[in-house]
Amino acid sequence: MTEHGSIIYLEGVTVDYDGFKALNSLNFIVNHRELRVVIGPNGAGKTTLLDVISGKTKPAAGRVIFGKDTHLIGMREYEITQLGIGRKFQAPSIYGNLTVWENLDLSLSRPSKGVLFTLRGRSTTAERNQIDEALETIGLKNQAHLRAGSLSHGQKQWLEIGMVILQDPELLLVDEPVAGMTDEETEQTGRLLQSLAEKHAIVVIEHDMEFVRQIARIVTVLHEGTVICEGPVEKVQADPRVVEIYLGRHKVTHA
Amino acid sequence: MGESLTPSSNAERNEGTIFWVVGFVLLFVLPVLNVLPTENSWLHVSDFALNRFGKFLAFAILALGLDLIWGYAGILSLGQGVFFGLGAYCMGMHLMLTIGNESVYGSALPDFMVWNQVTELPFFWKPFYSFSAAVLAGLLVPACFALVFGFLAFRSRIRGVYFAIITQALALMAWLVFNRNETNLGGTNGLTDFKTILGFRLSDPGTQLALYVVTVLCLGGAYLLCRWIIGSRAGRVLIAIRDSEQRVLFSGYSPANYKLFVFVVSAALAGLAGMLYVPQVGIITPAQMGVLPSLETVIWVAVGGRATLVGAIVGAVGVNLGRSILTNHFPELWPFFLGGLFVVVVLLFPDGVMGITRTLSEKLTMWSARLRKAPAAEEEQA
Repeated sequence: MTEHGSIIYLEGVTVDYDGFKALNSLNFIVNHRELRVVIGPNGAGKTTLLDVISGKTKPAAGRVIFGKDTHLIGMREYEITQLGIGRKFQAPSIYGNLTVWENLDLSLSRPSKGVLFTLRGRSTTAERNQIDEALETIGLKNQAHLRAGSLSHGQKQWLEIGMVILQDPELLLVDEPVAGMTDEETEQTGRLLQSLAEKHAIVVIEHDMEFVRQIARIVTVLHEGTVICEGPVEKVQADPRVVEIYLGRHKVTHA
Repeated sequence: MGESLTPSSNAERNEGTIFWVVGFVLLFVLPVLNVLPTENSWLHVSDFALNRFGKFLAFAILALGLDLIWGYAGILSLGQGVFFGLGAYCMGMHLMLTIGNESVYGSALPDFMVWNQVTELPFFWKPFYSFSAAVLAGLLVPACFALVFGFLAFRSRIRGVYFAIITQALALMAWLVFNRNETNLGGTNGLTDFKTILGFRLSDPGTQLALYVVTVLCLGGAYLLCRWIIGSRAGRVLIAIRDSEQRVLFSGYSPANYKLFVFVVSAALAGLAGMLYVPQVGIITPAQMGVLPSLETVIWVAVGGRATLVGAIVGAVGVNLGRSILTNHFPELWPFFLGGLFVVVVLLFPDGVMGITRTLSEKLTMWSARLRKAPAAEEEQA
């Protein structure tokens, strides 16, 4: 894999929390339009990996390159967002006091997100159509004018996915999207992510192995801050090191 | 589909009607009742009452600014009194300089300087000979101060209770600095004994009436400015910051810039309020810009109802009206009453007066809907 074909390229990234290495000279590459699932036991560094890419955490060492040659380390979160990296958090993070429509409207990618532009800005017809389309995709068309705080847990998760889609990111970072969802919701979410993968590169962190098998093509296994194995689901599950990590601790895989 | 589909296009229309009705009463009815009826008539609004009401309306502008930053963006500033004081002192300095030789000591210098044996006007007083420079400074000094202070605070991601504490320390600091005689701003006694504004005598009821009208107009302008900000997408970013600052950051907005913007606007509004306060009340002292006045502003907004602009105005006028009635009859009870009011509002009515009226009107529509439905249902059963 070369760094030119990749959408995100991490090399030798180390994150040090007072001596605890959350990431330990990690190398991680995702290509354009790839749907990548990252698994690993608790504390393996999965969320830290997303924190580093999205600018929330500054690594002690290493390189993070977005697209061809944009170095991300040292940039602020909102600058990285504007470059085209969207992030969906584990617990739904939405604006409870605004309507669903307003939530999406704020997230929509726009030429500027500065104060002066935003004070004068009105949504154009094209932008409204985009929002309506997103409402359709996430199945919240009938809830458009409800307060987002009144949605169910699953609907909030979808709303946040919709918000991230409207940012029109080249790379989507999704942290445990199906946690707390019903089986039906989980399956719908899986289909949603797969259809999104046709246009965007997506990195999904997940615990639910059934869900991983539903959506994954390539799986990366993290352990103690480094990649120990990468490949198709079957190969990864058969890998003795992976079996040891999971079975040696507790049965998450129930494979 | 669009911007106005926040659930309230009806409520918005109502608000527009109320705006014009209240504006008409404040701008025409009250002044006419002040000028026309004879003094004994029950319709007569005394000069004193009108002047006092003008002061409350100046406070309402201060409350609007706090509501913008606290009610909408969720940032509790306990330093609004400082910005109010800065605006007030700018106007006060100009009024001091226009006293000229009419002062007690007959010197061109303000009395307190003569008293403190200052022989030459300090350099920073000199621009305040000009009225327009003073007005400009009354807006810009608080705004710039908020800009610098806010820049440092918001860049370092200071928020929540830490921001509240720091702004409270700011209020204490300002109080200490303005109390010192060496600051050359009148020390504990502040600035007072003003004679004229723009050549009109402040003791003349006509001048006070004009000041009242200017205050009403400024309040109207401030309200419209806040409405415009809140109604724009930027206003929704402010609410979004209150709901989830992290999501705002990851939606591509810089929360620090939005907070800074709203902090500066609220400071300028506080400065405007201070400038209107001084000629109507006739005195400004450090006690008006310290910790207590800043906290009182918070109570007005909480009582009126956070995150509703009308609530801020209702709270400021209502609480101050209550104060002037209660302090007349039971002066020593007022602090307990004010504190009690705050506790009751926070515990029982977190949305203040506006929240109570909203709940009531919702209940009323529900009942009336049920009443209309009930006979229909009975008919069906029969």
